[in-house]
Amino acid sequence: MVRVSDEVRRLRKRFEARAEESQIWDAVQLARHPDRPYTLDYAERLFSDAFELRGDRAFSDDEALITMLARYHGQTVVAIGHQKGRDLAERTRRMFGMPHPEGYRKAIRAVELAERFGYPILTFVDTPGAYPGVNAEERGQAGMIARSVLAFCQASVPIVATVIGEGGSGGALAIAVADRVQMQENAIYSVISPEGCAAILWKDAGQAKKAAYAFRPTARACLDLGVIDTIVDEPSGGAHADLDASARLLDTALRLSLAEAEAIAPAHRRALRRAKFRAMGVWGVADEPTNQDF
Amino acid sequence: MTPIEVNVERVSGDEGGGRRHPNTCPNCRSHFRDDELRHSLRVCAQCNHHFAVGAMERIEQLLDPGSFVEVGGDLRAADPLAFVDLKPYTDRLLDAELATGLGDSLVAGSGKIVGRPTAVAVMDFAFMGGSMGSVMGERFCLAADLAVARRMPLISVTASGGARMQENILALMQMAKTVGAIDSLREVGVPYISVLAHPTTGGVIASFASLGDVVVAEPGALLSFAGPRVVEQTTGEKTAPDFGRSESNLRLGQLDAVVPRRELRGELAKLLMLFSPAEDEPTGDNEPLPTVGSDDNPIDRVLGMFGLGRKRG
Repeated sequence: MVRVSDEVRRLRKRFEARAEESQIWDAVQLARHPDRPYTLDYAERLFSDAFELRGDRAFSDDEALITMLARYHGQTVVAIGHQKGRDLAERTRRMFGMPHPEGYRKAIRAVELAERFGYPILTFVDTPGAYPGVNAEERGQAGMIARSVLAFCQASVPIVATVIGEGGSGGALAIAVADRVQMQENAIYSVISPEGCAAILWKDAGQAKKAAYAFRPTARACLDLGVIDTIVDEPSGGAHADLDASARLLDTALRLSLAEAEAIAPAHRRALRRAKFRAMGVWGVADEPTNQDF
Repeated sequence: MTPIEVNVERVSGDEGGGRRHPNTCPNCRSHFRDDELRHSLRVCAQCNHHFAVGAMERIEQLLDPGSFVEVGGDLRAADPLAFVDLKPYTDRLLDAELATGLGDSLVAGSGKIVGRPTAVAVMDFAFMGGSMGSVMGERFCLAADLAVARRMPLISVTASGGARMQENILALMQMAKTVGAIDSLREVGVPYISVLAHPTTGGVIASFASLGDVVVAEPGALLSFAGPRVVEQTTGEKTAPDFGRSESNLRLGQLDAVVPRRELRGELAKLLMLFSPAEDEPTGDNEPLPTVGSDDNPIDRVLGMFGLGRKRG
């Protein structure tokens, strides 16, 4: 015998899952929207003056990641952000926002500069990931990402990171270790792209929508898991619908987060930031430890 | 008359999609009994291929017998996302625990190498591809905590495909968390030695594993952020056969040394000695190692320095 109420509950659950799947996929699409504002669009609107710092002083200038000295509400800050391109020529030049090791070396240089002068650091995260090419590997992509994460851990100045589009894997995290981490409403943040996850676990990149639903790269999920501190509102329709309005909303959130980061005593900032990330993770405890027979 | 059936042994173990026995060398196809492999530190006696080593066996290989004490052994992965791909995450965890006898992909603790105390964090590729999730990150930090508390070095041996997708963003955060642990070591001046085994890729090599004060690798290990298949598929570039291997990493300046497994314990002991304070040194150890014909005879000693020796009656 089938109870009607059970059947209704089952169908409602399936319907809700389907609705959530679409909602998550919408965020993925919006985060990658070709008109979505990039770091430079926000820099133009948030900073009264800015001077771009170019080059890693060792190999080249990686335009996928930009660093600048900027004036934000009367104080000098160091801004670091990924930068995708608008048209094909710019996209190619900026490698679609996928930095090589020299990009991260430039970021480290900017962190060190901020540290020397006590300037707060604002980062804008928007990358599909670090560039996975032969040259990038040969020049030490992995080691440079690690060194960048370490530089952000070691800084004693206030740091606020905002995921403004795609927070893709280690290439994003390299500039996202901060005292306050924010994420725009329709931004995504994940360990791998939905396509990459689908290709590995489902053995079919076409299952990206399913993968995205399974691993929830959304701002809401990141907030629930304690990975981010704030969700930054976007205008209805997404950040690209109204650039000025998005910038205003980001500005409001950024000022508040920066004030919070600045309120931490400088002597404790490094240890507190470390403790913040140390607390991230979920696990259980087994009754009996294994390996006892060893 | 019926034809006689003859079984011809296949030369290639991989031919016809057949699975290779784990004790058959993928390089020269020599086959070993398990006790033979264990005795040879899981190095092929014919061609020197380095087989994978499980975490507990690695600890046995490197530490003084009976000196290992585990921390965080009771931690088990939770399933915060209720993740299901072709199989639920919880099933994969159970299978991995049953297959390896380990609670997660990293075993942490403390022990001694030739009498010198050290914290250790050893990974096991057999546990879900050595993937880094919340438990792995926490266990690594517990090992680092031990190192800081007792002011002893930390040694890690990594073998990992990268971050664990089933924990998505929390897995990514383990990169920040483990690098934070390295920061705490640096803050108090405790050395960290990173040993990279095959393969160390993705989130593990892009975090703590690259940050050793000394970084060494086993021969032939794949050490890259993106694996060769990902590089070829995403960029269309061709990868050389030695792409990302230990030897090319050494040439490109990413490593301090490529150390064969038979020499690993000795090299680690030497590094622990070099990182220990001078007054810790037992007297007599500063004497040069005996060279050819050295018998406290200065002439022999000089000849020995040039690799020459005198015939001795």
